[in-house]
Amino acid sequence: MDGNLNALTTVFTEFYYWVTVVFMFLIHVGFCMYEVGASRARNHMHTLMKNIMIIPLVTVTFFFFGWWIYWAFPNFPFWGGLDAEAGSANLPWADTMATNLGDRITGVFWAAFLLFSWTAASIVSGSVIERIRSSALWVHAVMIGSVWWIIDAAWGWHYGGWMVRLLGYHDAYASGVIHAIAGGYALGVIMVLGPRLGKFAKDGTPRDIPPHNPWLLTIGIFLIYTGFWGFYAACNVPAISPEAIDGQITGVTWTATNIYLAPTTLSAITFNFLMSLSGGLMAAYVVSKGDAFWTFSGGLAGIITASAGNDLYHPIQAMIIAAIGVVIVYKLHYWVERRFKLDDAVGAVAVHGYAGFVGLVISGFVLWGVPSSPYEGYATINPVGQITGAVIMFFVLGFLPGWILAKIQSAAGVLRIPEEVELQGLDYAEHHAYEDAKAAIIAADKEELAARGVAAK
Amino acid sequence: MSTNGYTNWAVDLAEVGPIYPFQGYEVLMVIVGVVFWIGWHRIQFVREGEHLEKARHTGDAEKVKAQLERY
Repeated sequence: MDGNLNALTTVFTEFYYWVTVVFMFLIHVGFCMYEVGASRARNHMHTLMKNIMIIPLVTVTFFFFGWWIYWAFPNFPFWGGLDAEAGSANLPWADTMATNLGDRITGVFWAAFLLFSWTAASIVSGSVIERIRSSALWVHAVMIGSVWWIIDAAWGWHYGGWMVRLLGYHDAYASGVIHAIAGGYALGVIMVLGPRLGKFAKDGTPRDIPPHNPWLLTIGIFLIYTGFWGFYAACNVPAISPEAIDGQITGVTWTATNIYLAPTTLSAITFNFLMSLSGGLMAAYVVSKGDAFWTFSGGLAGIITASAGNDLYHPIQAMIIAAIGVVIVYKLHYWVERRFKLDDAVGAVAVHGYAGFVGLVISGFVLWGVPSSPYEGYATINPVGQITGAVIMFFVLGFLPGWILAKIQSAAGVLRIPEEVELQGLDYAEHHAYEDAKAAIIAADKEELAARGVAAK
Repeated sequence: MSTNGYTNWAVDLAEVGPIYPFQGYEVLMVIVGVVFWIGWHRIQFVREGEHLEKARHTGDAEKVKAQLERY
């Protein structure tokens, strides 16, 4: 860190991303609360544990290989080889991936991306509650969290990624690279996993399985909104000079940028985050006729729909795009449920997958011709690039890998819990042990009290 | 003797790089880490399979009914 300005920028950037990581932790807290609130009492502890253990499993695998994939894969395998040079500093045995006074930022960047990985895995976790084996879900968590999403990030969420360069792909706050891929992956898994017992009547009519604890759901989704602030901030570079960007920007004015190092402002994302949240809430309230949970989820779906272009949209555009997305998502969710008999327990496929997909498509038209990058020779944003990108995210890197792995697990008989266990509840053994332990300690205390009573007399 | 190569901080920090212990053994540490990770999955997978198989046969009809009523 030579020079005071460089030192100050480095320390500020370290701190900035460090704070975003802390905020993003709230997304995971929110997902845990939402899943537990949505599950029935007889499955609470397993549902919670299933989501909590995503944290360590995705963390260690993201250390072992996920972070290296991001730096080595921007053009691999179709448009070039692995970028060994950029990848080498991010291998798990590199000295920059540890306590190193010569590198103060790698760990903080790693963590910011890692929290996105948890989110991707957690989105899948919600849709499969109450019937998937934890061991099966945790393999999916590693695959979506430390392999598939980070490949899509290398391709479409990296300043040198081939999708950005050749397609003009633009996805500033991850409509596609997190939400569409995770929703698509979840769809692939639930298609093989099947619905919960009782979800569909014999004539195929879907039954509602109401949440056990609506207040947990409410607090959960508000925590997800809160964490989403950190997520938005983490997608930006807070302050960088044109010289450091080394692109086509002229002059000496420092700026905030999106992940592609193209200029935006924190003011813009603050306007647009809140306006897209509002558009989503308002549209969801109307389309669901005031259903509380669809309204809350609609706020989230609204942000997700607008996220691809929220670095550039006008706030009113963000609001309207969010509202349009939510209406499509709501209608599509119920159509898919009825048509294909799919049980998406928390609406994750819809809120994340469909909203992300629709958001990418809309942004291709609204931002048509806008530069996706500050670098020369890159394609500009266009509908074909964005639609192609949406298909790659949702189907190619999301749906297909999830469906194939779930098929393998299903064929091996290790995907779904036995029906008897599903009926009695995953926590049956724990509840049983709890009741027995409670009865035993109460009996022991009564015995002790009786013995003392006798002694006192 | 020091496990990280420094016995005091009388140094110019611009010249200092890694300061974790046992530098040079990074690949070995990664191997240990990967074994720990894969081993965890193996242990959990086997235990869950046994637990679910046992649970299939332990459901007391009355208690299961009570669980269903409890929602």
